[in-house]
Amino acid sequence: MKISRKQIVHVAELARLHLDEAAVELYARQLGDILTYMDALNRLDTKGAPPTSHVIFINNVFRDDEVKPSIPVELALTNAPASEDGSFVVPKVVG
Amino acid sequence: MDLYGLTIHEAHALLRKREISAVELTAAVFERIEEVEEKVSAYLTLARDRAMAQAAAADELIGRGACAPLTGIPLAIKDILCTEGMRTTCGSKILENFIPPYNSTVVKKLRTANAIIVGKTNLDEFGMGSSTEHSAFMLTHNPWDLTRTPGGSSGGSAAAVAADECLGAIGSDTGGSIRQPASHCGVVGLKPTYGRVSRFGLVAFASSLDQVGPLTKDVTDCALLMQEICGHDAMDSTSVPRPAPDYTRALGSGLDGLVAGIPKEYHVEGLDEEVSQALNDAIKVIEGLGATCREVSLPHTGYAVATYYLVAPAEASSNLARYDGVRYGLRDATSADLMDMYRDTRSKGFGPEVQRRIIIGTYALSAGYYEAYYGKASQVRTLIMEDFKQAFQACDVLLAPVAPTPAFKLGEKLDDPLSMYLSDIFTLPPSLAGIPGLSVPCGFSREGLPVGLQILGKHFDEETLMRVGYNFEQATDHHQRKPKL
Repeated sequence: MKISRKQIVHVAELARLHLDEAAVELYARQLGDILTYMDALNRLDTKGAPPTSHVIFINNVFRDDEVKPSIPVELALTNAPASEDGSFVVPKVVG
Repeated sequence: MDLYGLTIHEAHALLRKREISAVELTAAVFERIEEVEEKVSAYLTLARDRAMAQAAAADELIGRGACAPLTGIPLAIKDILCTEGMRTTCGSKILENFIPPYNSTVVKKLRTANAIIVGKTNLDEFGMGSSTEHSAFMLTHNPWDLTRTPGGSSGGSAAAVAADECLGAIGSDTGGSIRQPASHCGVVGLKPTYGRVSRFGLVAFASSLDQVGPLTKDVTDCALLMQEICGHDAMDSTSVPRPAPDYTRALGSGLDGLVAGIPKEYHVEGLDEEVSQALNDAIKVIEGLGATCREVSLPHTGYAVATYYLVAPAEASSNLARYDGVRYGLRDATSADLMDMYRDTRSKGFGPEVQRRIIIGTYALSAGYYEAYYGKASQVRTLIMEDFKQAFQACDVLLAPVAPTPAFKLGEKLDDPLSMYLSDIFTLPPSLAGIPGLSVPCGFSREGLPVGLQILGKHFDEETLMRVGYNFEQATDHHQRKPKL
């Protein structure tokens, strides 16, 4: 299965990854090999089989709507690359 | 007897009788680390001062008569579990200096039990790998042959236990990452049933597959660690509110009447003849102990690798979206604008294997491909679960290899990611089904490399797994061999 350069670049953009030419080539080839292998799944008749994302059936895992304390702001900022006045500092988002 | 060579239960007996102190035991472990760590490289972070203080506090408790099974026992923690105030890297440059402001539930429970945290062990980045070679920081060497990998992703934990650099360790398993390194390093490793152990504070790789579990020198130790770490946690909504049985009490009963299934599809081309032999020898031992072994079929086995390598990367691509340089971890400060900051941070911070899996996962989930890839894989997952359900109607446990070969050489599979993925064939289906799996040493290759036996069970039946493992272990002596370091 051939994955085009364009497809890899598109997927990399979705994943917010920057790939250089060598990486695009490499991943296109490796992804192609991997997807060829996975084509085997299409030969399997899965009609009527529900998809599984939860292997153990539990549902409605709720707690009472009680306000509980969060971690203090200073603690939340301990690993911040940049912070000021109790906030995370980031490059301009709007405009 | 060098104290570092003790098992958890042996050390506990001596601590309780005050024949040794936690301080002596912990000091012995750190001396051992000084002696062999240069060769093995299991640890990314060592916490000697903190550990010695924890040991002194444990001795104080023991002095007052409060000596529980894990009091004063030095343990290693895979660096994918958050430890409050202690660097947690996940083997990645993107978290190289990350210091969690909270403890994972498992570490919290171990500290409540007064166990000693020796340090954080090496792993494949974010748990993605089967050899620990994908760590951004260093290679870990298999203590049985330093030119070989310890397996992965919990390679550091497995190597540390095998090399007596801790009395036990905690790892995580998504597609085999506890069981496979345990097998390659000749130690016991358990992947619990999904939902049995809290994932709070376990840095997420694939949320429907990840589980935390013990790596130990014998099955008794495994039961002791499991007892402490399992249980419902309000902080993990996928943890199951089901009380834990007494895992140690169940060990001693025999195997009379036990029915063990041998999946016929597991006899694959590429299964090393010595692994196959070790498995057959193990089956004979288990039959000799009173069990009946019969052939079973898991017809969808051949689709497990493809299924896993669509489901897991898809979930990973979502879980790893949080590493954007905003609130924690690496931030590329040279970026001109926000989008560049995201791209540059992630591209510089993630290694090639992680990037590869994010790309596979993003592709499998993208518009136009979701049904064909992720959707289809999720359906096949249901069929794989059904296979096990069917098999367990006639059997109590299944017996299987852990890996097709013993530990491979460092560098051997790095150029061929698909070949690395294919070697997970025996550990992936149980992960997809959420069933528990125990790896116990069952033999050695002619070159002296360990081989593990995988014991698989019904959901929440870790008791039976450990009973089989314990009886098998007591009838053999593989678990008593140590590597020459």
